[in-house]
Amino acid sequence: MLRGIAIAAVASAALLAGVAFAANEAEPPAPHHFSFDGPLGAYDMGAVQRGFQVYSQVCSTCHSMEHLSYRNLGEPGGPFAEYRVRNHETGEMETRVGLPAGEHGDYIDVVNNPYVRAIAAGFQVPDIDQATGEATQRPARISDHFRKPFANEYAARAANNGALPPDFSSIVNAREGGAGYVRSLLLGYTGEQRGTQYVNNHFAGHLISMPPPLAADGLITYSDGTRATREQMATDVANYLQWAADPHMEERKAMGVQVLAFLLVLAGLLYLAYKAVWRGQSH
Amino acid sequence: MSGPSTYEPKSGFTRWLDKRLPIVRLTHDSFVAFPTPRNINYWWTFGAMLSLCLVTQIITGIVLAMHYQPDIHEAFASVQRIQRDVPYGWLLQNIHAVGASMFFLAVYVHMFRGIYYGSYKAPREVLWILGCLIYVLMVATAFLGYTLPWGQMSFWGATVITNILGAIPFIGESIQVWIRGGGAIDQPTLNRFFSLHYLLPFVIAGVVVLHVWALHEAGQNNPTGVEPKTKDDTVPFTPYATIKDLFATSLFMLLFGVFVFFMPHALGDPANFIPANPVQTPNEIFPEWYLLPFYAILRAFDFNIGPIDSKVAGVFAMFASIGVLFILPWLDTSRIRSMRYRPAAKQFFFIFVVVALALGWCGHQNPGTTLAKGGQFSATLNWVAGGQSATSQIVAPSEPEFQATSDAAEAQARAHGAAMTSVTRENATHATLVAVSGGTRQTQTLTADNADDLETEITAAKAHIGASAPFAEVIRNTPFLFTVTRFSQLLTLYYFLFFLVILPILGLRETPNRVPDTIAKPVLGQTQGAS
Repeated sequence: MLRGIAIAAVASAALLAGVAFAANEAEPPAPHHFSFDGPLGAYDMGAVQRGFQVYSQVCSTCHSMEHLSYRNLGEPGGPFAEYRVRNHETGEMETRVGLPAGEHGDYIDVVNNPYVRAIAAGFQVPDIDQATGEATQRPARISDHFRKPFANEYAARAANNGALPPDFSSIVNAREGGAGYVRSLLLGYTGEQRGTQYVNNHFAGHLISMPPPLAADGLITYSDGTRATREQMATDVANYLQWAADPHMEERKAMGVQVLAFLLVLAGLLYLAYKAVWRGQSH
Repeated sequence: MSGPSTYEPKSGFTRWLDKRLPIVRLTHDSFVAFPTPRNINYWWTFGAMLSLCLVTQIITGIVLAMHYQPDIHEAFASVQRIQRDVPYGWLLQNIHAVGASMFFLAVYVHMFRGIYYGSYKAPREVLWILGCLIYVLMVATAFLGYTLPWGQMSFWGATVITNILGAIPFIGESIQVWIRGGGAIDQPTLNRFFSLHYLLPFVIAGVVVLHVWALHEAGQNNPTGVEPKTKDDTVPFTPYATIKDLFATSLFMLLFGVFVFFMPHALGDPANFIPANPVQTPNEIFPEWYLLPFYAILRAFDFNIGPIDSKVAGVFAMFASIGVLFILPWLDTSRIRSMRYRPAAKQFFFIFVVVALALGWCGHQNPGTTLAKGGQFSATLNWVAGGQSATSQIVAPSEPEFQATSDAAEAQARAHGAAMTSVTRENATHATLVAVSGGTRQTQTLTADNADDLETEITAAKAHIGASAPFAEVIRNTPFLFTVTRFSQLLTLYYFLFFLVILPILGLRETPNRVPDTIAKPVLGQTQGAS
């Protein structure tokens, strides 16, 4: 019997190592109210613009957004879309970049948008030189897809200790908790490190291969002068990624309000018609 | 259809057409003059919603197919393009994806209504069976369609379901390869799934025509289950049923709109926004919500039944759970149609509805999750405090002889007064033997709420003991655990009991309520006007 006991002891010792980290479920995202929450919520275009700056200067070193093109930034509802808006005080028509929620203006086609053109031109994308047939780099046009940080998956893994940075086009849709999760994850680093991985309680398993991307306040300098605290950057980039995953949200919600209002009236009329048709009929 | 046609062509053209193709007469008799019981309630309006869903899915689907690429490298990106760049593509795609859920929501209400009011009983057996056939085709179409976006859940859902088919005895593997178009889910699979997903809705439309034909031949059932006796028990379909259907359908569209415009992804799985990756299995694979009850039945079978493998049993049960619906008209032996007059059957029916919902819930849980437990997790640690430990090597002459050599070495150590021994095997023939002699035996009992906490406690206790003793033995005691799988088993049992035992026996045994004379006998006779 003792021998059996002893073997059990050894076997259980071997099991222990595997059990210790098995139940590290991700902590739920920290509560945060985003402007786009709720059935009538709209994007805070300032935050989306700053978030794009965070993405471009920090995230895009590793994370692609292959389903977006530079033109998307200046399309209706985009963060750098240009509108002609009447100034209520002077009565003059002014150009606005990124229309604040609730305001109306005449959309200026993205091909005439200098901001988007300038943003695109700031990135070098691969192309084929038509004179020589050689691979070359050229400044991006607004019709180009976002520049990919790595040529392929192998290159991405090789540069990241074997881990593959996921594409960000629809990342908030692809994660339980959406934008709140992204924000919490960015702020969720404890500072501890295990080998090549970092402790982050908002990540399933609590160990993430991504080094803390927003490690310090003032990592970038916002062009609108906002102080770039870690929390500000995390919130802004979450706003931007939400817009990127759901660029038609504002149009969708606005149409939804109209459709539901129409259906409510229709249902009311149909109910009255139903009552009128069945009046005097026993049922 | 029921009864002679009352259509009278009014114009010269319709008289001319009526002699050649009486299509206006058919429409008039089917959707205008068709006698409808005047007492049918709102549960009878779901047929109209289902027609709306079918038409909506076909129209949005045809347009989506103009933009979709059935290519494993392009499919995911093409759906993204539809959402982002195709004008109103986001609207079409949302309507199509949400529409599938709304379609199933309506069909489930429609089916529960049919069961409650005995709408499958003579003379409506064929009508019911055609309905079941439509449902099976809907399941197939939905499954095929869910594969097309080529996200993680698309890919792995298709993998799981085609694996299931592989469990069918004898022919399973051939069927699996045939459906996949190869050994694994790949480009041939996507091509044929796309082709079939485009085809099946039109097959559904065809069976719907038969379903409506059968409906018009037998006439509509009604909440009392008593056939209309006189013309005064019915009203013409138009305008009476039409306007009621339109009103109810407008409410249905409101719900539809709430999902499409305000929470388009609420019913889907986030994992399907990750492109399919054949080398990375998601942590959890779930079908869409409308198939979860059947998924729970499939997973309820975690045990072999005699020679039948658990996997085969699960597959059989899953198919049987839908198959049993087809023979329902002959399982329910009651002569009373409507459960309104069957007090016992009514209660079993409501339990059945709850069971079906609970199965759906189970389908989305981790099968090992504990819902209740019979006691605490506990462990007993035994060790020897003090004493002396001696370490020696065991070397067996060959691998098969290792056990005998190690047993002999331990027996020898104990014969020399060792209280505890431990063998740590190093390779095929070598091991280390630790024997403790002298000292006193110690015991400690640990308890915890779950297995993980218990392991943590054991580790702590062992670290504490380790200072004074070379090793401790651990005897773990797991209490009875009521897991999701156990719960699914109970629910599955009720699901089949309801159809195979309760309905057949209850119909013969129960005492139904008396159907009021006012319903059983025609009160709205020719002499009496509408009240």
